[in-house]
Amino acid sequence: MTSKQSLGDFFKRWEWLLVLLIFLVTIVNARLTPYFLDTRNLMRATSDFMELGLMMLPMVFIIITGNIDLSVASMMAMCASLMGWLHMQGTNIWVAMAAALLLGLLAGFLNGYLVARVKLPSLVVTLGTFAFYRGMAYALLGDQAARGYPESFTFLGQGSIGSIRFPFSAVLFIIFAVIFSLILYKLKFGRYLYVIGNNEEAGFYAGVNVVRTKLLIFMMSGFMSALAGIVLAARFGSTRPDIGTGLELAVITAVVLGGVSISGGSGTMIGAILALVLIGEMRFGMGLINIPGQGQNIVIGFLLILSILIPHVGRELTSGNVKVNKAMVGKTAVALIMIALFAIFFFWSRTLLIA
Amino acid sequence: MKKISALLLLVLMIGVLAACGSTEPAAAPTEAPAVAEEAAPAEEAAPAEESGSKTYVFVPKGLGIPYFDTANKGAQEAAAELGVAVTYTGPATADATEQIQVLNALIAQGVDGLSISANDSDALVPTGKDAMESGIPVVSWDAAIAEGGRNAHINQADAEGIGVVQVEMVSDLIGGAGQIAILSATSTAPNQNEWIEYMKTELEKPEYADIELVTVVYGDDEDEKSYNEAIGLMRTYPDLKGIISPTTVGIAAAARAVQDQERVGEVFVTGLGTPNQMREYVKSGAAPAFALWNPADLGYLSIYALNAIATGQIEGKPGDTFEAGKLGSYTIAEDGSVLLGAPTVFNIDNIDDFDF
Repeated sequence: MTSKQSLGDFFKRWEWLLVLLIFLVTIVNARLTPYFLDTRNLMRATSDFMELGLMMLPMVFIIITGNIDLSVASMMAMCASLMGWLHMQGTNIWVAMAAALLLGLLAGFLNGYLVARVKLPSLVVTLGTFAFYRGMAYALLGDQAARGYPESFTFLGQGSIGSIRFPFSAVLFIIFAVIFSLILYKLKFGRYLYVIGNNEEAGFYAGVNVVRTKLLIFMMSGFMSALAGIVLAARFGSTRPDIGTGLELAVITAVVLGGVSISGGSGTMIGAILALVLIGEMRFGMGLINIPGQGQNIVIGFLLILSILIPHVGRELTSGNVKVNKAMVGKTAVALIMIALFAIFFFWSRTLLIA
Repeated sequence: MKKISALLLLVLMIGVLAACGSTEPAAAPTEAPAVAEEAAPAEEAAPAEESGSKTYVFVPKGLGIPYFDTANKGAQEAAAELGVAVTYTGPATADATEQIQVLNALIAQGVDGLSISANDSDALVPTGKDAMESGIPVVSWDAAIAEGGRNAHINQADAEGIGVVQVEMVSDLIGGAGQIAILSATSTAPNQNEWIEYMKTELEKPEYADIELVTVVYGDDEDEKSYNEAIGLMRTYPDLKGIISPTTVGIAAAARAVQDQERVGEVFVTGLGTPNQMREYVKSGAAPAFALWNPADLGYLSIYALNAIATGQIEGKPGDTFEAGKLGSYTIAEDGSVLLGAPTVFNIDNIDDFDF
């Protein structure tokens, strides 16, 4: 980053591009289908992404420190399965829910302990627990589903507030988003995350408790995954051990698209939240014009690659010592080709629809 | 320098904008009328209760699976006969979370009806309820949505029909007399055990008096184990004439075993299988006939049922009767389900008409 903080630098921030994209997608969606700007529809679509959002919040912390947690969706399934299993044994649902949250903390602690204390790479640790926790979910429920949750409980996932039917799960998400943002920006703990991500050793010598910090963020991840599992179980009215398969990648996608550097050290909470909104809007919009799931994945994938490529090229172009050399031209060409492919795909998918 | 960098950035941003902006709004003029055309008549038609301009959506468990693509062929056939539009869309992977997202988008569009193969019978209940509250009838097929989340369910087959057809096939193949054996999945598989019970009951009938069921063995739905069990059967019972395998893994393994042992024409394999997997063995004569419900018929019937409910011909209550084109007349059973009928028998005459 340059030292001079001009107006240009402020608007150069990735978040503004996200805002712009959200604005654009909203206009395009509204023009393409009359069903997009319908409160009820938007609210219904919102509740589809809240579990993802809940798990995304601690993932921002983890990726800022240069680590990763691949086990979030598995923890979610394991905790929800424990709750379902306990419920079927006759345990009170709220007790079962508390047990699920506790198990989430425990699962996160195991991840954190192995990463922070034993100093194993988080990618390997959570790849292991990714399989282990999912396996535990199957061990608890087998191939059956836990069902029959009371209505007071399913309110967590299906309930809504007010006449516009604002989903309760979204309220939950907003509360936690505020909490996590405050932690990141107002507490020393938040600063430490960036320090660890930039230079762990330097942080250690500067007095940052690296082990405790890492342990805590992985425990937060476990807790939020359990909460997401509870919300998902409430929304479905049932729990199966295979719920949320592959969701960890969607969570990481949202964080990276939000401008959080996958190698750690930089990124903002607001960026990740904007990216979640963008992905949600795009998926819902594409769903409304009946672009099938694979098509949606292609678009999101392109967007993700562009999101890393554009700032990269932009940074080089604006770095002050612009030298036209082969590498530079190559990167710009790649960026332009990606944009062109993206455009072609859009044309192509639309023509398919018309036909 | 600052000016230049700002300028360059601006150019870049405009580039991105132009890319998104030019494609999307440019496509819009062609797209918008298409949407409008589809939407407008649907809205007009709603009070008129005409079936002519309805748009239904046929949702499989996942896209790109031949079984569901075949079902869609039947759904499209029904659509053409009824003069309605049927859109085929679903989740990229066979997963309930994604399927619900797809369904929410469809409910938001106010489509005229949903025909769904459910990834999770319970998880889709709230979504199905939501659809019905929005005035969109819901029919499930292949894999049911639990009661309360759909108007009706199209059931592919009943256990008795599946048991009976397999006995008929084996009797035809071995000329009505001789030793037969059953190669099943696991010894605890509930579906297979129920079918085997019906087979045994059927075999007690006088017309099958000359057929002797010598044993039931289990291949655990593993290819190699099933293959070895089939070879074991031929060694233990040299006079064996027929093998019934009511499982897709077992039937293919048994047919391969008969081919490898060069017993084609002496031992006949039959049971439940899929055309793509059994084509080779039907043509070689190792397994000249096998059965399965026809997914195309399943899709066809589901669209007829959906249309009957959506146009108000029936309410979708138990006892209601509706016509389903070439398949004839159907009645909704006590549990809200509609039974497709006897399984389809596949043999050398019709196997090349199917691709799933």
